[in-house]
Amino acid sequence: MPATRPSGPDPTPAIEVVGLHKRYGDQIVLADLDLSVPVGSVTALLGPNGAGKTTTVSILSTLLPADGGTARVLGHDVAREPQAVRRLIGVTGQLSAVDPLLTVVENLRLMADLVHLPRAEGRRRAAGLVERFGLGDAARKPAQQLSGGMTRKLDLAMTLVGDPRVVFLDEPTTGLDPRARRDLWEQVRTLVGHGTTVLLTTQYLDEADQLADRVAVLHEGRLVAHDTPAGLKAAHDAGSLDDVFLALTAPGAPSGADSKEVA
Amino acid sequence: MTAAVGPVVPVAAAPRPTQDLVTMTRRSLLHMARYPSLTGVVVGMPVVLLLLFVYVFGGAFGAGVAEGVAPGAAGRAAYLDYIAPTMLVMTATAVAQATAISVAMDMTGGIVTRLRTMPVAPVAVLGGHVVGAVVQTLVATAAVLGVAVLLGFRPEAGVGEWLALVGFFTLLTLALTWVTVGMGVAARSVESASNTPMIFLLLPFLGSGFVPVDTMPTAVRVFAEHQPFTPVIETLRGLLGGGDLAAGTAWTAVAWCVGLALLGWWWARATYRRPRA
Repeated sequence: MPATRPSGPDPTPAIEVVGLHKRYGDQIVLADLDLSVPVGSVTALLGPNGAGKTTTVSILSTLLPADGGTARVLGHDVAREPQAVRRLIGVTGQLSAVDPLLTVVENLRLMADLVHLPRAEGRRRAAGLVERFGLGDAARKPAQQLSGGMTRKLDLAMTLVGDPRVVFLDEPTTGLDPRARRDLWEQVRTLVGHGTTVLLTTQYLDEADQLADRVAVLHEGRLVAHDTPAGLKAAHDAGSLDDVFLALTAPGAPSGADSKEVA
Repeated sequence: MTAAVGPVVPVAAAPRPTQDLVTMTRRSLLHMARYPSLTGVVVGMPVVLLLLFVYVFGGAFGAGVAEGVAPGAAGRAAYLDYIAPTMLVMTATAVAQATAISVAMDMTGGIVTRLRTMPVAPVAVLGGHVVGAVVQTLVATAAVLGVAVLLGFRPEAGVGEWLALVGFFTLLTLALTWVTVGMGVAARSVESASNTPMIFLLLPFLGSGFVPVDTMPTAVRVFAEHQPFTPVIETLRGLLGGGDLAAGTAWTAVAWCVGLALLGWWWARATYRRPRA
C-alpha cells in the first residue's frame, strides 16, 4: 500500500466517495457525488426524499453497484473488495432487519455466530447489548412482539455485535416517538464516544443538529453543502438548519455548481 | 479530485462458509421447532390427499393400476400401494413450497439486506433453508409413510433399499428445495413465492403419480414420460416394492435430481446479490 501522506493525523478517511454516479433507467439519482468522512466523526446526510441518501448508503454498504466513480470504506473499494468492506461496516437500514420469529437474545446470538465470535464471547456480548439498549424485559420475546422503538433498538444492537468500525444508519429514527428517538440519539453518541464512525441519513434537521459533526446536504444527486451545523447556519445567515435546508433544496435551487465553494 | 488512498485498514479474518451454514441451518430448525404448525401443514396436506384418493377414488382407480383387481376393497388396497410413494413425493413438494415462502419472507424483510452487508456467503444463507428443509422433509415423510402403513401399506424394501430410499429422497429434496429457494429469492412478494412452487404440486398428476401413463392420450403421455416426476415416482415405487426397478429409470431420476439441484443452486445464488429496489 502507498506510504502515509505527511499531512493530518489519519490520512485514510473512514468514507471516501469520488465522482459517484448512479442512475435507475433514465433517472439520475447520484450525479458526481464527492464526500469524505473522517474517522471517528458523525456525518449526517440530509436531503429531501429522492435526493439520493439511501442510494449512497446502499452503494457504500455493498448492496448496490455504482454506475461510475469510486467509493472506499477505510481504504477498501466497495466494488472491488466488498468482502473486506463487509467486515468493517454495520448497517441499520429503513427496513427492520431483525428475524421476527427469533427472540431478542437469539437475534443477537445469531449475529455473534455470523461474525464468528467464540460462543462464550458471543453470549457475553449479546447480554451486554441487551443491558446497554434496555432490552432486558423483552430479551426472551420473539422480535415480532416488540414495539417499533424496541425493534429499532434491537436492530441497532444487532448491527453492533460485530463491533463495526463504520456504522451506516439510514433514517434510524423515522417513525419513532420522541422518547425512543432520544434513546437512540444517546446510543449513537455512546458509539461515537468509542471511536466508531457514523454516517446517518435523516430528514429531521434537529437530529442532524443534535448528532452530527458535519452535515452533508444532498439535492438532486449532488452535494450542495458540507459543513458543520454551525458553519452551515452562518454561511446561510440562517437561524436553524431548517432555513438552510429550505434554501439549499428549493425547487430550482442551483445544484452541484456551488458545492465546491460551500464544501 | 484524486482518489487519494492512505493505508487501508487491514481485514484479517478468513470466510468460514461451513460454520455459517451450520449457524443458518440452526436458525432454520429453530423456526421449525418454534412453529410446529408449519410442519403440521406439510404433513396434513399429503395425508388428506392420501385418505381422499384411497377411500373416495381408490375403489374405482385400483382396477386401473393393477391387473385382475376388482373394484371395491381390493381396488382400494391396490390403489394404496400405487399412490403411497406419490404421497411421499407430495410431502417433499409441500416442504419445498413452504421453503420458498420462508426464503421470500427473509428476502422481503430486512434480514437478508443485513446479511448481504455482512461477510456471510449466499450459500450459507440459502443453504440453511435447504438443509432445514431436508430435515423437515425426512421427518414429515416418515409421518406420512406411517399413516400409509396404518392404512395397510406394506413396503417390501430390504435394508439396502431403505438406505437407497433415504439417500434418493435426500437428493430429491435437495433438488426440489434448491429450485424453490431460487423461486423464493426471485419472488417480488411472499404471495408470488407461494404460487410458483405450485408447479411441483401439479406435475405428479401429469405423470405416473396417480394413474399409469399408458392410459393417457398420446400428447399427455409423451409429456408424462419425459418429465422428472415420473422416473422419480417410479424409482420410489421400485425401492418401496422391494427392488422391481429398471436401472435406466433410477439413473434418469438421479440425473433429473442432480440437474435440478445444480440449476436451482446456480439460480438462487445468482439472484441473491441482485440489487433490490
